[in-house]
Amino acid sequence: MTSKETGQDPTSGVSETETAVETGRRKFIKRGVAGAVGAAAYSGGFPMIWSQNIKNITLRQFGTGVSNINEIGQKVKEDLGFNLEMTALDTDTTAQRVVTQPKSFDIADIEYFTVKKVWGSGNLQPFDVSRLKYYDKIVGIFKDGKLTPDATLAQGTAPHTVGYTDSFDSKSFADSETNWYTLVPTIYNADTLGIRPDLIGRPIESWAELLNPEFKGKSSILNISSIGIMDAAMVCEAMGEIRYGDKGNMTKEEIDKTIAIFTEAKRNGQFRAFWKSFDESVNLMSSGEVVIQSMWSPAVAKVRSMGIPCVYQPLKEGYRSWGGGLGLSRNLSGLELDAAYEYINWYLSGWVGGLLMRQGYYSAAPETSKAFMSEDEWGYWFEGKAAKSDIIDPFGNKLESAGAVRDGGSFYDRMGKVACWNSVMDENRYMIRKWNEFVAS
Amino acid sequence: MRSLADKFLTSLQVTPLLGVLAVFFLLPIVVILAVSFWDYNEFSLLPDFVWTNYQELFSSPVTYKIYLSTFMFAGLSWLFTLLIGFTVAYYLAFHVHSKLWQTLLFLLCTIPFLTSNLIRMIAWIPVLGRHGLVNSGLQNIGLIDAPLEWLLYSDFAVVLAFVHLYTLFMVVPIFNSMMKIDRSLIEAAVDAGAGGWQVLRQIIIPLCKPGIVIGSIFVITLVMGDFVTVQTMSGGQNASVGVAMNNKRALLQYPAAAADAVVLLVVVLLIVAVLMRVVNVRKEL
Repeated sequence: MTSKETGQDPTSGVSETETAVETGRRKFIKRGVAGAVGAAAYSGGFPMIWSQNIKNITLRQFGTGVSNINEIGQKVKEDLGFNLEMTALDTDTTAQRVVTQPKSFDIADIEYFTVKKVWGSGNLQPFDVSRLKYYDKIVGIFKDGKLTPDATLAQGTAPHTVGYTDSFDSKSFADSETNWYTLVPTIYNADTLGIRPDLIGRPIESWAELLNPEFKGKSSILNISSIGIMDAAMVCEAMGEIRYGDKGNMTKEEIDKTIAIFTEAKRNGQFRAFWKSFDESVNLMSSGEVVIQSMWSPAVAKVRSMGIPCVYQPLKEGYRSWGGGLGLSRNLSGLELDAAYEYINWYLSGWVGGLLMRQGYYSAAPETSKAFMSEDEWGYWFEGKAAKSDIIDPFGNKLESAGAVRDGGSFYDRMGKVACWNSVMDENRYMIRKWNEFVAS
Repeated sequence: MRSLADKFLTSLQVTPLLGVLAVFFLLPIVVILAVSFWDYNEFSLLPDFVWTNYQELFSSPVTYKIYLSTFMFAGLSWLFTLLIGFTVAYYLAFHVHSKLWQTLLFLLCTIPFLTSNLIRMIAWIPVLGRHGLVNSGLQNIGLIDAPLEWLLYSDFAVVLAFVHLYTLFMVVPIFNSMMKIDRSLIEAAVDAGAGGWQVLRQIIIPLCKPGIVIGSIFVITLVMGDFVTVQTMSGGQNASVGVAMNNKRALLQYPAAAADAVVLLVVVLLIVAVLMRVVNVRKEL
């Protein structure tokens, strides 16, 4: 929950009204500020020059993606003048909050598969695309699903399938581009297996290697059912054991078969451990307990920064990808809604993108980030070129030395090979039950 | 007959404790019991009265499997903590004669408790790992050629961690019982010709029963409800009742988790009831 409902400026008369009750604040702003100042300023065009009152606005954002990076909140205050409060939550909790406590947030930083679950609740309002300044800079993945014109569409909850809605009040998704965005895309990446090349000593090219008996007792998979099942499906398909209609929306039979293959492997001692948290995956890999496992990009960077060789191995079957964006609460209106649009336009204008890209994620509007990255950083992270000097992350940690090349290469090499997007299945509850049986078996 | 004022005063004195227990103990259990009959969907709890949570629990083969492994963890941990705890307490009570040393050694036993549970558990990981202390030590002295894989992320590791974490809960009550034993009883037994074994079996163990039962209740209830140790030390590859419950909680299936909790509560209460039948702890304290 938010700790500070009120603005920062105690001299302003608005603050006192705000402290009383939240609804009081909103009414006040709608009636007093938005009516008079907001509308007047808005007619002046973009960027808006607001009165002092903008400083009293606090946008409350929660979510999974970048909601735990405080630098963004500080920069918002600096560049835009209003307050952004951020609360980091796990994926399940964000979905629950959006549905059950729509008044507890202004902006939801959520993943696309979460939107598929929650859009029907009507608690989010769509974005008016015509008010997005950098819409034309957003990559095709979040428009027609195609990164390049000749790209093939991936399985699962691909962002473009849940990215648009037909009208301001619609509770369903549109088939193609409309003027109404359900989420404004912000962050995404392509996930694959992490390996210890020094302990494996031969090339790894397929997801099937996760269950290769050669790595008996030395492999691991993540124990978060919704993502673990996708990695498992990538493996089963690569082994040629199962052909899926859609890995992102499996039938009960497909779930049963997938779980059966993994249960058998578990009984044969294939897995050293299952991991649930980022740190566990780093420890398993760095200690050498595990030589091949599902992994996340920053975890690989962490292992490498310890001086231990670890590769985020591109595989011939492609990547499992995920994407997130910002959603707007239905309750947002008036000056606060304007502030939210201001924030989102600022978000896509490059500074945040640079912050994300220098951690190994991608920005939805990558071009705008270029100005906020050095040529060397852009070359390394986006173009897949060899680093000319040390690569430092936004928090000052050295990630790579000069000469290093990003695993998987350039943006187009990596995002162009997405096989499947994180998703929520129709048989979700059944899948969770089967996954828990697998873990307990 | 007590006067009405007396009765009133007594109930007034009892009220604060009763209030605390009602709010922080009774109420949560009633809530859990009530929620266990609710229905739920992906986002919300639906107040209702349905048996589906219990039906799903009892119809799943996984439930029986995890209860079996939880009982196994509890049984083994109980056995080893009892053996080690009894031995340590016996040494402290009967072999250390100076009061000062007794106190010092007893304090020594509690030192590990100055760090958190989690850290004491995680500390085993670098010790037992594939390239850990034990494996590299054994390999260096040539006892084994390849690292022993079963040391870590195994049932062995889980039980080892439990024994390490909970032995003190056995030592303390048993030591306490032993210190209450009248030494002249032992002298009399020895004078009457009893050997060391006989003294142990016929005097010390019977008189330590309350301590043993209290320690057992501690260890068994702690292990039955655990989820962190099992999760961490088995590398997520084995499950206990607590792990399953925690999974359901994380997936927002609160009613299902509540049903789990109710069943676990009943099972643990049954175990405690049986233990209390063995020894009347209240009478012997």
